[in-house]
Amino acid sequence: MSELIHIRQVKGRPIPLRGNDIDTDRIIPARFMKAVTFDGLGRYVFVDVRFDAEGRSQGHVMDDPRFEAKGPRIALVNKNFGCGSSREHAPQALLRWGIKALLGESFADIFFGNCLTLGMPCVSAREADVLALMAAVEEDPAHDLTVDVEARTATYRGTTYPVTLPASARSQLLEGTWDATRILLQAEQQVRQTAARLPYLSRFTR
Amino acid sequence: MGKSLLDKVWAAHTVRELPSGQTQLFIGLHLIHEVTSPQAFQMMREQGLKVLFPERTFATVDHIIPTDTRRRPYADEQAEGMMSAIERNCHEFGIRFFNAGSGEQGIVHVLGPELGLTQPGMTIACGDSHTSTHGAFGAVAFGIGTSQVRDLLASQCLAIQRPKVRRITIDGALGPGVYAKDVILHIIRRLGVKGGVGYAYEYGGPVLERMSMEARMTVCNMSVEGGARLGYVNPDATTFEYVRGRPFAPAGEDFEAAVAWWRSMASDADASYDDIVRLDGAGIAPTVTWGTNPGQAIGVDERMPPPEAFAADERAVTEDAYAHMDLKPGTPIRGTRVDVAFIGSCTNGRLSDLREAARVARLGHVAPHVKALVVPGSEAVARAAEAEGLDQIFRHAGFEWRLPGCSMCLAMNPDKLVGRQVCASSSNRNFKGRQGSPSGRTLLMSPAMVAAAAIEGAVTDVREMLGD
Repeated sequence: MSELIHIRQVKGRPIPLRGNDIDTDRIIPARFMKAVTFDGLGRYVFVDVRFDAEGRSQGHVMDDPRFEAKGPRIALVNKNFGCGSSREHAPQALLRWGIKALLGESFADIFFGNCLTLGMPCVSAREADVLALMAAVEEDPAHDLTVDVEARTATYRGTTYPVTLPASARSQLLEGTWDATRILLQAEQQVRQTAARLPYLSRFTR
Repeated sequence: MGKSLLDKVWAAHTVRELPSGQTQLFIGLHLIHEVTSPQAFQMMREQGLKVLFPERTFATVDHIIPTDTRRRPYADEQAEGMMSAIERNCHEFGIRFFNAGSGEQGIVHVLGPELGLTQPGMTIACGDSHTSTHGAFGAVAFGIGTSQVRDLLASQCLAIQRPKVRRITIDGALGPGVYAKDVILHIIRRLGVKGGVGYAYEYGGPVLERMSMEARMTVCNMSVEGGARLGYVNPDATTFEYVRGRPFAPAGEDFEAAVAWWRSMASDADASYDDIVRLDGAGIAPTVTWGTNPGQAIGVDERMPPPEAFAADERAVTEDAYAHMDLKPGTPIRGTRVDVAFIGSCTNGRLSDLREAARVARLGHVAPHVKALVVPGSEAVARAAEAEGLDQIFRHAGFEWRLPGCSMCLAMNPDKLVGRQVCASSSNRNFKGRQGSPSGRTLLMSPAMVAAAAIEGAVTDVREMLGD
């Protein structure tokens, strides 16, 4: 297993992905899940929003030269981002496109958990702050946004906004235990004891 | 103060509290399918991990398989590759695989219950958001991502945050022609698609108590569409009778011991909840979605709501939905022309769903411009339906009778909408592009309502067709 990677801060160019209830079928349509690896998914992120049936660009923000940037990216989103299907292909596609963290009003539960297992912080901010940040970025996107998991802040062009995330997620990112495999495997004896206590595995199993 | 089922099941399966504050939760049943597992097995290989409890994971194939022929290799090379991968992975890691043609294959959330794998008081996880279906048995069941599938294979556990619990009581009784699908669409309409974020939904009250297990599964299945990662119904006599005699269910004296334990896991009468909602069952009509999320739904006798009827921050989503659907606020949903009718999916692909749809199919013939598909949820459902002659009823009425799979619910197999087609669908998601065409349009409704729409060629009120 890999080394522990502590994620205290993510810094990168922001990209606003406006809209409430953006579902994971939008983020990555099911037809791109017919593969046994996650490789190459970055190319298809939001593909049906970005391109029409003939492959012509629809002028989506991800294809807008104003928002082009190298290095890590931070997505700005609204409410209930990532709802619907549990497909990890959605955060994998975002990650492979370059998104290393998300800042938004709220996130769907399964999507939030999937991002966390990949070390992608999803931090929440007040509606007014998210809208202000989106407007600031749309006006002048050529600056880095800093999401500070430790300090629970986001800073853009000198303005700092408070952000929140569940204490457990923050702790996992800071301690580097967001990839849970290692920690779960540490308790094998306790796992076996728990199984032995469950009547459906010990008493009336078939 | 008493405890809820969630409290009890969570406590029984807690291995330890992790330093982060999450729970290391033991998972009693792990179900896998071909789409979200291959990367997990690859990670297992790369990280040199072994499956800790191979006897607690069961596999099937449902998402990508064609429903017209089972001939191998599949015409779609990618689908064939995924099929070969799950066969190889199950063989290599010692996992029981219910393969196509075995007589046991089916949609993972149809198969678990019908084999008796799904039981009250269990924790159940699967790399599929509709794992909430299994909550119908009083199990704590939820969807996970692929990295978590790897964690679960390796440790039989997940690192997870305990949800809050919202009790949803449906009082009264449902009218004729109103089904479990209408109940859950109504709940989501009232509480919203994000109302359940952070919650488990406990469904109860007279309407749920009177429901069959299959109906309860339909309700729990769509919990995730309301934002709740899991939903459940407390186990009762209906639950126990359903489980009795199934291949993986406890038998003989063991069964009685199991029932005693299952009963003890139900929520106490004085259980405390983080929130309580009451809705009236008599006020629920056959419900149809008009938009691009499952909360955008109305009774079949209503007019589509104007964007101004929604909160300011919902208007953009509403206007966008109308633009995609090409429907007009203020007009009735009834009469909306449909091109395709799909009956099936983990929401509504069980025997009782097919029976209700067949009751309607008997009354007419599919309209000439409509392509209508019936896709049973599993090989066992198909067998039972054929034994009753339901396949013949559907065929005579102009429906195609297909082989089991997820099919047009998410269109990972050849069953897809084309262009701007409108589909009356018994599935669970009306997201843009969900049924295989980026510009395709989905109207969610009960299987009986889909059958009625197929015959009428347009959305209609099944209550009138049935003469209730």
